[in-house]
Amino acid sequence: MAILVYAEHDNTSVKKATLSTVAAAKQMGDDVHVLVAGSDNEAATNAAAQIEGVSRVLRADNAAYAHQMAENISLLVADIAANYSHIVAPATTTGKNFMPRVAALLDVSMLSDVTAVIDAQTFERPIYAGNATATVKTTEDKVVVTVRTTSFDAVAATGGSAEVETLDNVQDAGKASFVSEEMAKSDRPELTSAEVVVSGGRALASGENFTKYIEPLADKLGAAIGASRAAVDAGFVPNDMQVGQTGKIVAPQLYIAAGISGAIQHLAGMKDSKVIVAINNDPEAPIASVADYFLEADLFEALPELTSKI
Amino acid sequence: MKALVAVKRVIDYNVKVRVKADHSSVDLSNTKMSINPFDEIAVEEAVRLKEKGVIDEIIVASIGPKEAQEQIRTALALGADRGVLVVTEDKTQPLQVAKILKQIADQEGTEIVLLGKQAIDDDNNQTGQMLAALMGVGQGTFASEVVVEGDKVNVTREIDGGLQTVALDLPAIITTDLRLNEPRFAKLPNIMKAKKKPLDEKTPADFGVDMTSKQEIVKVVPPAERSAGVRVASVDELVDKLKNEAKVIG
Repeated sequence: MAILVYAEHDNTSVKKATLSTVAAAKQMGDDVHVLVAGSDNEAATNAAAQIEGVSRVLRADNAAYAHQMAENISLLVADIAANYSHIVAPATTTGKNFMPRVAALLDVSMLSDVTAVIDAQTFERPIYAGNATATVKTTEDKVVVTVRTTSFDAVAATGGSAEVETLDNVQDAGKASFVSEEMAKSDRPELTSAEVVVSGGRALASGENFTKYIEPLADKLGAAIGASRAAVDAGFVPNDMQVGQTGKIVAPQLYIAAGISGAIQHLAGMKDSKVIVAINNDPEAPIASVADYFLEADLFEALPELTSKI
Repeated sequence: MKALVAVKRVIDYNVKVRVKADHSSVDLSNTKMSINPFDEIAVEEAVRLKEKGVIDEIIVASIGPKEAQEQIRTALALGADRGVLVVTEDKTQPLQVAKILKQIADQEGTEIVLLGKQAIDDDNNQTGQMLAALMGVGQGTFASEVVVEGDKVNVTREIDGGLQTVALDLPAIITTDLRLNEPRFAKLPNIMKAKKKPLDEKTPADFGVDMTSKQEIVKVVPPAERSAGVRVASVDELVDKLKNEAKVIG
């Protein structure tokens, strides 16, 4: 049977998370279909049909799916689940929101945040904030998983030519409605897919210092900006910039942690980065145990100097 | 209206976990156990709703070993009214927990069920959503603000790009994010009073729920260790290493 991948998109384009999820799905079976559920999603549907290795795109275009409300999306996915052996979505807030609902509707257990596919029934996933890796085998007849997108190399966005099938059956649970959205505006690369991430912690001491010390370095490196929970809780930056067990999981080529001690919960979100640089005035900070390069220095002096020398 | 709050007994968030030598699981013997931090936030939110007069009674439920009654007592000390402990030595899975919680919610006629968004041991982030699906009600996951208005609840949710607000018909399920509130500390007199609050003990069989799992843990291993890094003495040395050794900047 085929594998169904749920596309993360904004109605006009598919996000990179979808390409990584297709890559994971290809390891579970050959025939991969992609579902694009949204409102006025023709452009995103066409983009999905171009994805390498996708044989079919299912398009569900209705106002009921406009904001990816879990109540409606889960009914839609459960409705077409009979045709699929696996249902796969990225472990984004969207995927985390509706996929357990799908699993419950199908009366199967599911696997969250899968980091490796051993075979079609066996997967690896991190537990205890990434301090252990569990290999789990499922014997459910329907495999429902969300995948950690940073653990799978994205397939090519072009080169495919999937046929598009339109789904007419509209599912509207009528229990919940969208009220409003407040998105953080940024011209920077998206945090979870950025090649370079510069993160600040409590030691930055203020939001102004993020602007003054972190942003110039991020600009120079074309980097996304992240933060520790302490920096978010102190109100220096918005919470969607938080990296960690309860925030975003990143695995960039280069992660620069400035003024971040390296609590277990923060390390859970970044310790799979290729190269980790820590700048901290405390030589005993736990971040030193994972940093490839540790510079013991006052970040208010080191960050401007680093910015000027890169 | 009544609220149901689900709490889980987990390893304390400050403990560095050890994987057992036989790779069967994580070693929990002689480790400090606590109420899951997200569940503590759920209890706090329920208590605040009670203080606002929105909720009349808070029922706190836990499914797990007998010792989980400590976590229920903690919730009672924070302001919950009574507890239900569903005792099982089996490993608890989100779908089975959701099935038991659904029956408790149905029996008690609770209109709001509050859960943490995830347990910090299994990191599943599933139970609240599964419960909402089983009950056929709306869900406000990853909540950072909860406002009850008449027969609806407005929930502001933390999503990848920022915040989203949804309106849910009651009854509804809410799962808490860290920023929803700051849990209070239990005062000693409240801890003493909590010992006298009612606590029912049940088993999964009372709810007709089969705890056998279709997921088998093949093995648990420690994550790959990062090789020890180097300490650099200056910004110049750092730039040099990044350019010529790690080759991550041009």
